[in-house]
Amino acid sequence: MNIAVYIIVMAGVTYLIRAVPFVFFRRKIKSRFVRSFLYYIPYAVLSAMTIPAIFYSTGSKLTAAVGTLAALLLSYFGLPLIAVALAAAAAAFIAGFLI
Amino acid sequence: MKKDFFRGASHGIPIFLGYLSVSFGFGILAVESGISPLIASIISASNLTSAGQVAGVDIIRAGGTIIEMILVQLVINIRYSLMALSLSQKLDPRFTTPHRFLASYGITDEIFAVCSAQKERITPAYMYGMILISALGWVTGTALGAAAGQLLPDAVSSALGIVLYGMFLAIIIPPARRQKSVLAVVAAAAGVSVLFRYVLTAVSPGFAVIISAVAASALGAALFPVKEEAEQ
Repeated sequence: MNIAVYIIVMAGVTYLIRAVPFVFFRRKIKSRFVRSFLYYIPYAVLSAMTIPAIFYSTGSKLTAAVGTLAALLLSYFGLPLIAVALAAAAAAFIAGFLI
Repeated sequence: MKKDFFRGASHGIPIFLGYLSVSFGFGILAVESGISPLIASIISASNLTSAGQVAGVDIIRAGGTIIEMILVQLVINIRYSLMALSLSQKLDPRFTTPHRFLASYGITDEIFAVCSAQKERITPAYMYGMILISALGWVTGTALGAAAGQLLPDAVSSALGIVLYGMFLAIIIPPARRQKSVLAVVAAAAGVSVLFRYVLTAVSPGFAVIISAVAASALGAALFPVKEEAEQ
């Protein structure tokens, strides 16, 4: 099959998944449960995506654990996203040499 | 308008850096699957998603059916529908239908995460700034990885693998520190996710994230319903 067909289908499906709720959902949600649910969703999604995947993100659980610890510490003290993200990588990188 | 655009773009810089390194890996993978650097970059520019693209390239390489492609993209990317729904609740009135059609393109995990962390309502300009710089990183990284993947030292590329996760932690930890309810939801989602990873391994990673997030958020909504002023 032509690769263009695959790419169009792939991109089309992915776009529609995003656009349909974003464009057509206009009402203010009244249900307190649903509003609470949507309030918690971002945190829950990110947590589920991060744990335990973060420990497999550097090819070594040990360096990943060091990076995770650095990220946890810095984010606990409210440092900006970019600082936390790069510090995690730097900690994992340095740990890679020490271990 | 202009200010919002640049604010969005500056908030997108960590995403740019994270995408640059993650899509670098995608570029390498695509070339290994027999896809040219140009086609790999087109896939990244048109899809703007990580897991979905990797699965898509697998299907292309295997010569899979279109039905398979549709189903796989649906399962892996359906979380974007939840994110779009959640974001739809905090849009500025300036977000008219054409803007919604356009900005839909850029609802990714990271853009969603940074947008939801904002206190103010989201304007189109803010989102466009963030989407532009993020997509730039995603496509540039893909092209670089596809064209010159093996040039980066291993120690650097493997350490870069943690960047996006570090950013995720930076988004969830401060509110979890302030609000016990968020901490409970975050812990529950992580717990269920770990369960899927090590015990219920038959469930695909895409579904595992959806189920973990839905279960934890439902629990949070049942135990700690949010008050009006807390949501904004």
